[in-house]
Amino acid sequence: MTTNPREVLATLEAEALAAIATAADADGLEAVRIAFLGRSEGRISAVLRGLGSLPPEERPAVGQEANRVKGVVTAALEERTAALERPDGPASGTDLTLPGRRPWRGGLHPVTQAVDEIWHIFRDLGFARARGPEADTEWYNFEALNTPLDHPAADEQDTLYLVDSVLLRSHTSPVQMRTMETYPPPIRIIAPGWVYRRDTYDATHTPAFMQIEGLVIDEGVTFVDFKATLGEFARRYWGPDTQIRFRPSFFPFTEPSAEVDVKRVITRPDGTREDTDWLEIMGAGMVDPNVISNAGLDPERYTGWAFGMGPARIAMLKHGVDDLRTFFENDVRFLEQFVR
Amino acid sequence: MNVSTRWLTDLVPGLVAAPEALAEHLALRGAPVEEITTPGEGLGDLVVGKVLAARSHPNADRLSLCDVDGGDGVVQVVCGAPNVKDGAFYPFAPVGAVLPGDFTIKKAKIRGEVSQGMLCSAKELGLGDDHEGILELPGDFTPGERFVGALGLDDATLDVEITANRGDLLSHVGIARELASEGEGRVVLPAIEGAPALEVEYAEGDGRVSAGGVAIRIDDPELCPRYLGAVIRGVEIGPSPAWLRERLRGAGARPINNVVDATNYVMLELGQPLHAFNLARVGGSSIVVRRATESETSFTTLDGQERALSRDTLMICDGDGPVAIGGVMGGLDSEVESDTTDVLLECALFEPRSIRATRHRLGMSTDASYRYERGVDPEGLRTAIERAVTAILAVAGGTLDGPILDCRPRPFRPETVDLRLSRIEHVLGVPFEADAVEELLAPLGFAVEDRTERPAEGTVADTILHVRVPGFRSYDVTREIDLIEEVARTHGFDRFPSELGPARPGTVPDHPLFRLEDELRIMLAGRGLLEAQTPAFVPAGEGDLEVSNPLATTEPFMRRALVPSLLRRVEHNLAHGNRNVRLFELGTSFRKGESGEPPHESPHLAAVLTGLREPPHWSRVGEPIAVWDLKALFADVVHMAYGGPLPITAEPVEGVRLDPAVTFAARTEGGGVVGHAGRVADAAVDTPPWAGDVWAFELTLPEEPAPAPTVVHRPLSAHPASERDLALIVPAGVTAASLEAAIRSGAGSDLESVEPFDVYEGEELADGARSVAFRLRFRAPSRTLKDREVDRHVARVLTRLEEDLGVTARG
Repeated sequence: MTTNPREVLATLEAEALAAIATAADADGLEAVRIAFLGRSEGRISAVLRGLGSLPPEERPAVGQEANRVKGVVTAALEERTAALERPDGPASGTDLTLPGRRPWRGGLHPVTQAVDEIWHIFRDLGFARARGPEADTEWYNFEALNTPLDHPAADEQDTLYLVDSVLLRSHTSPVQMRTMETYPPPIRIIAPGWVYRRDTYDATHTPAFMQIEGLVIDEGVTFVDFKATLGEFARRYWGPDTQIRFRPSFFPFTEPSAEVDVKRVITRPDGTREDTDWLEIMGAGMVDPNVISNAGLDPERYTGWAFGMGPARIAMLKHGVDDLRTFFENDVRFLEQFVR
Repeated sequence: MNVSTRWLTDLVPGLVAAPEALAEHLALRGAPVEEITTPGEGLGDLVVGKVLAARSHPNADRLSLCDVDGGDGVVQVVCGAPNVKDGAFYPFAPVGAVLPGDFTIKKAKIRGEVSQGMLCSAKELGLGDDHEGILELPGDFTPGERFVGALGLDDATLDVEITANRGDLLSHVGIARELASEGEGRVVLPAIEGAPALEVEYAEGDGRVSAGGVAIRIDDPELCPRYLGAVIRGVEIGPSPAWLRERLRGAGARPINNVVDATNYVMLELGQPLHAFNLARVGGSSIVVRRATESETSFTTLDGQERALSRDTLMICDGDGPVAIGGVMGGLDSEVESDTTDVLLECALFEPRSIRATRHRLGMSTDASYRYERGVDPEGLRTAIERAVTAILAVAGGTLDGPILDCRPRPFRPETVDLRLSRIEHVLGVPFEADAVEELLAPLGFAVEDRTERPAEGTVADTILHVRVPGFRSYDVTREIDLIEEVARTHGFDRFPSELGPARPGTVPDHPLFRLEDELRIMLAGRGLLEAQTPAFVPAGEGDLEVSNPLATTEPFMRRALVPSLLRRVEHNLAHGNRNVRLFELGTSFRKGESGEPPHESPHLAAVLTGLREPPHWSRVGEPIAVWDLKALFADVVHMAYGGPLPITAEPVEGVRLDPAVTFAARTEGGGVVGHAGRVADAAVDTPPWAGDVWAFELTLPEEPAPAPTVVHRPLSAHPASERDLALIVPAGVTAASLEAAIRSGAGSDLESVEPFDVYEGEELADGARSVAFRLRFRAPSRTLKDREVDRHVARVLTRLEEDLGVTARG
């Protein structure tokens, strides 16, 4: 056993802290206090009392060290005592179960979020975003798109007119023509934007709604590319097991034209999987040669494909919203549910 | 288009498919089925019952006792209907039968008499609303016959959606053609029950034709290239036989009388509208097809409506005047009625655009106009009129009198379209052999008349198919691409591979306004605002661009600004108890163009805010959003939108819904106001008494935002800064902005920053004066400033403040 006072103090410090840490209750702690710091029997107190017997040149340094150890042990005793008084409490004196403090949380409209998700997929597939006016002409909205004004197809999109031959675009397809007039092929764009129809408000119709146009124009673009790219989009948006179906349809500005349906696979909470019904997600097709030549391009050289889809409808399906009008109410309790 | 599946199976030999399977086939052919209705569903337990004798119930005035033969012996049934008759047939539910609604018929005793079954009304069977009496079945039946089969209710009706280009599918034969490959590959017209053998002769003419005392003349061959008429004499108008009524019902049509039903039958079968005139009412037994004259301004159609005519309306006239609006609807005066004996049957071709224009003008659509607008088979008129004559003779009797008149000033000439195999591959991405193409097209009526092999010029050899287009497809198939679509469609879209091929990147840059909008959205969401979307339609007073054909007349204008729409959303939220509302929206502002100019539109950003500036928290007292919050938010938004700060000045802005005393304007360098912000005027928003101020801003965004300016960094000084605080006594009328300007001009280039840090207004200060304290920070880039130098700067600042603004430092 050493008699060097500094080594004795180091041993006492370690023993005292270990004893404090393992003390089970206040009585145990009191016993530790008496054993180490007690006035008469305390072992650290004894070192202090014994200072007089040391050579005078050692006294200040040993005295300082003894007082430091006494301070450390005292603090550890206090902390442990406090901790034992609040058995489930945190280590410091603050109730940290109280809520944190944050600024208001904002967020994007659910339809914007749908547009953004769709945009991000097409961005990764090499597309850029294009835009065009919402008040457009009959030429861009119909005639340039191979839709004669006196064809029944022009009726199906009940159009709102402003002045003379200027109307509120009934689809985002006019952006196709405007883009082809401005930029040379290859063209790979989507065009999200507002479109307008002469509809009353109900659960599935609003007279203004968002649409996303897509357009690809280049040499050698085929129906196979069209199917493959939209299939790729569908699997990235709805998941890798998504099935996609192309049904023949009619749009004056595409030929062949297709309605595109997806069938998603849903995993139930118990782990079993289930197919949804076919959901119609977009109208699409190969760009009609008349549209390509109306844009001043040679349809023998250039081919392409296009689509139009409704992100609000897609957001409805995704979030279980059953009434389109909810998106226009802008009740903050609704919008806050989409804050990420 | 309502399609009867029984009719389809009669038209396509070998077609056996459940309605659901037919619907799937049609969907993959481009004619999706919206709904399948099966009227006989759930009625399988019913039989046809014959009431042998009905007598009064001894214990009840309103009930009767019927002896009913339900095929399984005669039973007694108590019946409450007033119309029960001896010897008549009714739907009968015997004991044990289950009716719709899971209602089981049991043997019962009603007022002391045994009842073994039930005679049913139409309503009880879900076949109509009539529950006044039981449903008497017209015709002859065998008691015990299955009710569903006896009435033809075992049909399923498909509601098929027909696209605007496919007028040929508005008929059962058209639909059958698309399904032919599911059967034996052909379509046949079934024989009509009881039809006499018909020997038909035709009298033909260009502009006019007459025979047997009847004449037809076409004055306007542009609008009516062909008109056929047949005279049938001696018909007896009455109800149609059961088979015809079933057919019509299966196709969703209402039986009217035998002659009208026969014409409707042929229209539903072949797609050719027909009209039967009461010949006695056709003056001079002559038909003239011409446009309405100036004096013919109105006409009463057979639905009793008076229709306004214009000079462009094509009319079918007799010797005295109009008897029908061509291709749209017949007239009331020449309608076939119960005493009609002789009819003139019309089978004509009208120009689609003119029918559409007339239909638009009249604001009406009929089965006939709907088909003519989309194109009726120009090669099918003779087949149709012969079929209709046959059907009328079969169901209404009479004889065909004389030849059928065929007036055709513009005979149809079929087109041949060239189809290059190379082009098929170019568009579809998959090669097709000539034989395969022919096999795909033939069942649809396309005939490959010839092939031309084109030898390799340079590198590519090609085969060109010369394809004759059948009349019923002459409207939508006129170009090579139309045939390519037919190839793809009949091959099956799903059979094409789906492999990503090489693709070149595009030349179109991502539009900079979309990028700016993305950044603004992210910033505003980060600042605690929720994005809203509101429609651009607004009431009067919120815009000057009016929709010329609005559906909702309460909101016929396009909005000039977004804030009013957002304020309505604030009102909605406050009304629902949402106290903290912070919304922003990106949208379009519309303005009327100068005279003759198109409307103008520009991208806008707007926001509205009310409530607390931070969420309530136990650690602090909630403060409402204040003007300073709005001012900084507005300044930051302007900065982002315009790539740098713009001057924001406190000044009233005209035409906005803000309190003029608390309004800011942001101006571009040219001086134009591009945005405003401020406290919403009390009158502009309806808030509950507990709500506080509502704040708003609106900003016009640049249409082509410039890229953000490149940041050139300032080297950071390694030398310490010196700070000085100045507490100033500021007389009324001197603004913080002018103080700051004076400080900057007096302080010299060593001034790094100046910020007000305290503003105090107290009674001990005279005449509205304020105390404003500024913290000035001085720093030189390459050396440490001495206290003396800083003191000199401050002294100059104080001199400048006193001389320019009469402002002194506080004691």
